[in-house]
Amino acid sequence: MPMTAQPISSAPIIAAELHSVSRIYGGFAALRNLSATFNAGSCTMILGENGAGKSTLLRVLAGLITPTRGTVSIFSQSPQQQRRRIAYMSHAPMLYDELTALENLNYFARLYSVGKCACVGSPEMALRAVGLDPALTRTVGQYSQGMRQRASLARVLQSDPEILLLDEPFSNLDVASAHQMVELLADFRTWPHPSGTARTILLTTHQAHLAQSLADRTITMLAGQIASSTEAAA
Amino acid sequence: MNYLHHLLNHLRKDLRLEWRSRDSINGMLFFALLVVAIFALAFDPTAYPTTTRQISGGVLWVAILFASVTALNQSWTREQRNQLLDAQRMAPSPASALFLGKALANLAFVLSVEIVLAPIFIIFYNLHALGNVALLALILPLGTWALVVNGTFFAALGLRARNRELLLPLLLFPISLPALLAMVQSTTGILTNDIDPIQIGLWIKQLAVYDIIFTTLCILLFETILNAE
Repeated sequence: MPMTAQPISSAPIIAAELHSVSRIYGGFAALRNLSATFNAGSCTMILGENGAGKSTLLRVLAGLITPTRGTVSIFSQSPQQQRRRIAYMSHAPMLYDELTALENLNYFARLYSVGKCACVGSPEMALRAVGLDPALTRTVGQYSQGMRQRASLARVLQSDPEILLLDEPFSNLDVASAHQMVELLADFRTWPHPSGTARTILLTTHQAHLAQSLADRTITMLAGQIASSTEAAA
Repeated sequence: MNYLHHLLNHLRKDLRLEWRSRDSINGMLFFALLVVAIFALAFDPTAYPTTTRQISGGVLWVAILFASVTALNQSWTREQRNQLLDAQRMAPSPASALFLGKALANLAFVLSVEIVLAPIFIIFYNLHALGNVALLALILPLGTWALVVNGTFFAALGLRARNRELLLPLLLFPISLPALLAMVQSTTGILTNDIDPIQIGLWIKQLAVYDIIFTTLCILLFETILNAE
């Protein structure tokens, strides 16, 4: 049998894909027949008014919500099968109030079987990366909203995700901290993943100006649908 | 990381959370002491020593059952705060390890309350066991596990319910009846020495079988409960 040269595919790897996804709560449709593709290595900013379906979209991609109709795939598999590759940061900190930030991170590192993460190293280094002192003996319950947000970011970064889903990451931060977070996320995109896949970020925000430099695509949602999608100028 | 490490990670976390807050143990202890004290005030235990011995097994287990409900209701509330349950759902860790870790932590909390409660109960009811007391070392953990394994499971089941505080006893009490019967009968048998030791042995075996069946069922079904929307 003659050997034939295989063409090298230049098609981008699809990190996440939604096909005709609807999510209906009682009589209210949070997502309506939504289809979208997110390439690996991209950073997408999702804008929209309250109730437009931004958070629902992220929760569907995280596998926390099953669509009423339609299909969701993360690297061609269901989100539940790809849990290790996704990290989700909600506007709630997803940390135990009674534990210190380091205790929280150590606990989640063990859940993810992360010894030393390739991107941010140990939990101590993850905390330093977000500007928190790992030696802080105060429990998370005694933190300010901004500190909780940063500890929450450290939690998701240490799991070394290929897809990072951020639901309003700048909402409780002062301007300086928000800019620091943007810089950290820009760095995160450049950190090589052991699998060789480029890192993908999807974030929702009401502060578009903050994430403008980070995002290479902006989606605006309206009543559970994508109203517009614009690519950033190269 | 193997299953045991995940389980120990959850257990360590729950013990640490309780150590910091002491919400469950304090609430349980005061509730159990109140139940025991109210029963002691409702009738005079010293006036009827035989009757007291006959009913004290029941009083003790009812106090533990009522008290454990207060702690079991709280055990998942911590996971609900700050959307932690979502973080647990997304973690690539076996759901049953989370369940068993929490059930074992609850077992530790209820057993520690029993250690404090038992001597107070003996003094209040002027008790001295006539049977083989050593068997209580088997009945107490087996009986407590029967309560906490189902209680932890049903507390998780009721997490998304509007009136979960009410739902837990409504589900837990009827399903615990076979175990409760075995606990009360075997404990009363030891206190009164009225029941044949072979019969006590059968009650203990029934309790062990109940524990095995319900632990298996809870482990198998927990992932469905955790991921329910």
